[in-house]
Amino acid sequence: MKRYSAFAIAREALRDHTGWGRAWGNPEPRRRYDAIIVGAGGHGLATAYYLGRNHGIRNVAILEKGWLGGGNTGRNTTIIRSNYLQDPSAAIYEKARSLYETLSQELNYNIMYSPRGVMMLAQTEHEVRGYRRTAQANALQGVDTEFIGPERVKALCPIIRLEGPRYPVLGALWQPRAGTARHDAVAWGYARACSEMGMHVIQKCEVTGIRREGGRVAGVDTTRGPIDCDKLGIVVAGHSGRLAEMAGFRLPIESVALQALVSEPIKPAMDVVVMANTVHGYLSQSDKGEMVIGGGADGFNNYTQRGSFHHVEETVRALVETFPMLSRLKMLRWWGGIVDMTGDRSPIISKTPLEGCFINCGWGTGGFKAIPGSGWAMAETMAKGEPGPLAAAFSLDRFREGRFIDESVAAGVAH
Amino acid sequence: MLRLTCPYCGVAAEETELAPGGEAHLARVGPEGNDDAFHAYLFERENPRGVHFERWRHAMGCGKWFHAARCTVTLEVFGTYPAQTTEPPAHIRAAITAKRPGWAWRGLS
Repeated sequence: MKRYSAFAIAREALRDHTGWGRAWGNPEPRRRYDAIIVGAGGHGLATAYYLGRNHGIRNVAILEKGWLGGGNTGRNTTIIRSNYLQDPSAAIYEKARSLYETLSQELNYNIMYSPRGVMMLAQTEHEVRGYRRTAQANALQGVDTEFIGPERVKALCPIIRLEGPRYPVLGALWQPRAGTARHDAVAWGYARACSEMGMHVIQKCEVTGIRREGGRVAGVDTTRGPIDCDKLGIVVAGHSGRLAEMAGFRLPIESVALQALVSEPIKPAMDVVVMANTVHGYLSQSDKGEMVIGGGADGFNNYTQRGSFHHVEETVRALVETFPMLSRLKMLRWWGGIVDMTGDRSPIISKTPLEGCFINCGWGTGGFKAIPGSGWAMAETMAKGEPGPLAAAFSLDRFREGRFIDESVAAGVAH
Repeated sequence: MLRLTCPYCGVAAEETELAPGGEAHLARVGPEGNDDAFHAYLFERENPRGVHFERWRHAMGCGKWFHAARCTVTLEVFGTYPAQTTEPPAHIRAAITAKRPGWAWRGLS
């Protein structure tokens, strides 16, 4: 694999860019691997990458039924932050955020991490109290956030309208080191690094069954033939329930559609990310100039990657009242993804009732920000057979035992 | 946009007029239930890719709770029926079988 550098660009410029080669391989599946990861999205590829990097397990295949990063990894609004209330969430999201900071260097692939800062607007007294509390919790957790007043909000984001028609901006929870990254590049960068370690990223290979022998996982059946493995990691977001069914257990998960849209590109207008959870909409500006807009999730089960139109209307209404200058913008693209919602709106990284089979799912509406931390924790769980400190609180049995990680109180929908 | 006909007032209601109520026909666990049964009742869901039964409320209309049979892949609606039942009535199941032969949902078919 070619190493990317300024020198490489200069060299290729002199020979018409004919020497770059493929960024990752396109191998035929082998008959057997030490570990198989189902799902080549961000979380699956990061799991494989840290299996190799941290634990030396490199005979690994990552199976993907569609194309690399074509699910929620390529459908989110690319926000990265770690301002969570509960300790287990803050730990794993802050791990992810800190890994994102140096990921471009580590992978030798520009993921365009932009620590531009994220603010979550407080638009009711309840939210003011909630975010003040979160800021205090973050101080104890070592996460750098502060509660700022309306003047700072306006200074950081001049296009905002503080005296909204329904909900005035009373302040915000500000995380200066949070930001955005190029979502596709995260999947591509991990895929390239996995491929370089000798792992097989196999696209257009759908898992159709999970073979069990004596209460243990033996392998998977796929559309490209059966493949054996010692360890199996299920990292498939919206379709987790289907894979769990194949493995013979059930999940506390429901799959719903979540939507996003982008506007036509305009000149630079805002250099922070703003989330308005009371009116429910969130906004940032991409490097191309498009305003990237995240909306709400539907309230019913859905596998179509297509959401309800009235949620888009609600989101746009919320943004127009918060940012009146957006009212004349045309929207360019609009899409949906299938997100896996758990009972407490926190993820699951866990062993399963089937020996040798592990699952990483339930990231719901906010998985992109967690990709490196999620992969790190999942790889540790798979390599050791037991969850490490990052993953322990996110086990599947927490619902049965009543140990919820209840972030929905702090974050409503967008988290 | 999803449209469901309310089996009580007969209005063909649009999604904005309705409130979703989650999976249908969950049997509440009684005093004899153990932790596993209670966990299943509270958290485990069918979440099927295909035929699904749900509770809905005609919130902006007559206010009644009712049931709907729906496909989560095509968003096709097979029918709606009143809430006073513990399982889908025969005519709904027949309507589903006509369009999705071999369907199964939590032991029903």
